[in-house]
Amino acid sequence: MNAPASSHRPFVARRLDWLRENLFSTPLNALITLVTLALLLWLGSRFVSWALLHAVWGRADVATCNALFGQGACWAVVADKWRHMLFGIYPQDEQWRSALAVVIFCGIMVFSAMRAFWHVWRLLALWLSGSLLCAWLLAGGLGLTPVPTALWGGLPITLMLAVFGTLFAFPLGILLALGRRSALPIIRAASIIYIELVRGVPLITVLFMASIMFALFLPEGVSFDKLLRAQVAIILFNAAYIAEIVRAGLQALPRGQYEAADALGLGYWQTQLLVILPQALKITIPAQVNSFIDNFKDTSLVIIVSIFDFLYAVRQAVISDLDWRHYFVEGYLFAMAVYWLFCYAMSHYSQWLEKHLSRDHRL
Amino acid sequence: MCSSERFRNIVYQLALLSLIGALMGYAAYNLVHNLESRAIAIGFSYLGQEAGFDISEMLIVYEPKHSYARAFIVGLLNTLFVSLVAIVAASLLGLIVGIGRLSPNWLLRKLAGAYVETVRNVPLILQLLLWYGVLTELLPPVAEAIVLGPAYLSQRGISLPWPTAHAGWWAALLGLLLAALLAFLWARAAKRRRDLAGRAPAVLWPSLAAGVLLPLAGWAVFGAPSEFSTPTMAGFDFEGGKTVSPEFIALFLGLSIYTAAFIAEIVRGGILSVSRGQSDAAEALGLSRGQRLRLVILPQALRVMIPPLTSQYLNLTKNSSLAVAIGYPDLVSVSNTTLNQTGQAIEAITLMMAVYLAVSLAISGLMNWYNHRVRLVER
Repeated sequence: MNAPASSHRPFVARRLDWLRENLFSTPLNALITLVTLALLLWLGSRFVSWALLHAVWGRADVATCNALFGQGACWAVVADKWRHMLFGIYPQDEQWRSALAVVIFCGIMVFSAMRAFWHVWRLLALWLSGSLLCAWLLAGGLGLTPVPTALWGGLPITLMLAVFGTLFAFPLGILLALGRRSALPIIRAASIIYIELVRGVPLITVLFMASIMFALFLPEGVSFDKLLRAQVAIILFNAAYIAEIVRAGLQALPRGQYEAADALGLGYWQTQLLVILPQALKITIPAQVNSFIDNFKDTSLVIIVSIFDFLYAVRQAVISDLDWRHYFVEGYLFAMAVYWLFCYAMSHYSQWLEKHLSRDHRL
Repeated sequence: MCSSERFRNIVYQLALLSLIGALMGYAAYNLVHNLESRAIAIGFSYLGQEAGFDISEMLIVYEPKHSYARAFIVGLLNTLFVSLVAIVAASLLGLIVGIGRLSPNWLLRKLAGAYVETVRNVPLILQLLLWYGVLTELLPPVAEAIVLGPAYLSQRGISLPWPTAHAGWWAALLGLLLAALLAFLWARAAKRRRDLAGRAPAVLWPSLAAGVLLPLAGWAVFGAPSEFSTPTMAGFDFEGGKTVSPEFIALFLGLSIYTAAFIAEIVRGGILSVSRGQSDAAEALGLSRGQRLRLVILPQALRVMIPPLTSQYLNLTKNSSLAVAIGYPDLVSVSNTTLNQTGQAIEAITLMMAVYLAVSLAISGLMNWYNHRVRLVER
C-alpha cells in the first residue's frame, strides 16, 4: 500500500521515509541508532586520523615514523619491507619468479571459479599444469637458476600449501568417502578410523608429528624436505575434511541413481565414476570452496613449525629489525588485508555460487 | 552376491589390511632401530621424572620439582579453562551479533555484518599475534600502568584486587552454586506447574534473590571477611592481588572474537529457519519483539543450531592449541617443552593427540545428548 504511493513522492521525502523506517521506527530503535552512530564516529574518526590523516606514506626513515609514534600509522614499514614480506629470503634477482608463481596460483583459482572449466579433465589439466609450472619457477632448473627450498618463502608458499593441499587431498578424500560408505567392513572401518582420528585433533599436532615424529619412522639417513613434510601433513589433514563433504554429497543422492546404474549392469567403479560422483561432487561445490577458504587460512599455522610462509615472512620482517619493531601493528594489518582480500573474494564467490546452483536445481 | 564377487571383496580387504600392516611394520622397525641408535628408551616412564621447567600460570599447584605428568595435567587444565571461558564468551557475543544481523535497525545490521565479514576472513593465528603484540608492546610498563579503579592495566596484563583465602569467601561461592542449583530446580518445577495448571509461579525474581542472599548469608555466617589483597607496584611487576596474564587475555579475546563471528552466522541461520508464521502468530498473541525472540523463535532455532554449534565448540577447543604461538602454557606448549627436554617425541605427541581426541569425543557426546533432549518430538 505504501510502496506505490511513495514512489511518486519527491526524492528527499522518500529518503526521510527510509530513515524513519530503518533507523528511527521505535524509540528503542532510535536509541540504538544514536549509540551505534556515536561509537562508530568516535572509533572511526580515531582510526581514520591514525591510519590515513597522520600516517607516514611511502618510503621514509624510522626517525620520521618515531616522531609520529602513537598519532599516525607508519606505512613506511610496508613500503620499506614489502619484498621481504611477500617473498621472504628468496634471492632478490630471482623474485620475479616468486611473483609469477603468485600470479599463476591466483590464475588457477580464478579459472577454477569459471563454469567453463567445470569438467574433470579441464580442471585436472589446469591445476596440474599450473602447479607444475609454479614448482618449476620456484625450484629452478631447466634454464633457471636452482633455488633450494630453504630459501623459498612468503606468499607463494602460502598459496602453494593451500593449492597443493587441496589438489592432492581431493582424490584421497574421495577414496575415503567412498570407503566410509563401502559395504566391505574392513575398508569402512579403516576409513572411519582415519577420518575421525584426523578430525578429532588440531592441525598443529599433525604438523608437529610431521616435523618431529616423522623422521623416526624412516630408515636412518633418509630424510624429506621440511617444507614437503608440512605439505604432506596439510594434504593428509585436508583429506579427512574433504571426505566428509563428499560423503554428504553422496548421501544427498537418491537411491534411484544407484538402482538405475545397477539396472544398466554397471560395476562398482563405473557406477561411482560415471553416475554417482559427477552428481555428488557438483552438489558439494559451495562446501568445497568454503573448505578451501578454511584450508587457506589454516596454512598460516605452519609458522609454529618454522615454515617460511607469508605470515612468517611478515612477522620476521617487522620483529627481526629492531628499528622497525614498534610498527608491527602496521605489518600485521598489511598481512590481514592480504588474507582478507583472498578469503573475502572466495567466500563471496561461494555465496554467489550457492544461490546460482540452487536456482539451476529448481529449473 | 555371486561367489566370485565375494572372493574378490575378501581379497580387496585383505590387500588393504596387509598394506596397512606392512606400512606400520616398516615404520615400527625403523622406529625401534632409530631409537636404539639414539639411546632413547620408549615408554611413558619419563612422566614420573622431575619436569624441571617453570609454568607461568596454573590452576593447580605446580613447581619445577613436580613430575612431567603433573606438568601435562597443568597444561590440559589450562587448555580446558581457556576453552570453557572462551566458549561462553563466544556464544554470548555470537548470539548478540547474530540477532544484530537481523535487527530492523539498518545501522546495527550493517555493523554486525561488517564484524562477521572482517573477523572470519582473517586467520586466527594472525589475530592472536596482533592482540598479543598490542597487549605486550603498546600498553605502558608496570610503572606507568593505566589505573582502572582498583585494577591496573599494563604490559604484565590486568592486575585486580583479589579476596585473601578465608572460609567466608568459600562459603559465599558455595552459596552462589547452591542458589544456581535451587534456581534450576525451581525453574523446572515452575515449568511442570505451568504444564499442569496453565499458570507458573515467578522464576526470575526468586532466583535473583537467592543468588544475592545465599552468598551473602554464607559470607556473613563464616566471619564476614573483608580483606582483599590489592596489587601494588614492586619494581618491574605487581605484588599481591590477582594478575591475568597478557597471554591469557590475548588467547581469550582472539578465540572468542573469532568464533563469535561463526556462531553469529549459525544464530542467524537458525532464526531464519523458523518459519515466519511462528513470528506472526506470536505477534498476534500480543508478545513484544523481545518476548517473541526469547519464548518462540530462539527455542525453535536452537534445534537447528545445535549440530553446527557443536562443531564450532570443537573448533574453538582445537584452536586453543594456537596458544603455543603466543606462549600461553596450554597442552601443546607444555608437551612441546616436554618433548624437547626428554626427546620422547612419540609419547608426548601421542598423548597430546589422544587427549584432544578424548576432549573432542566428550564434547560431541555431550552435545549429541543435548540434541537428543531438545529434538522435536513428533507424534
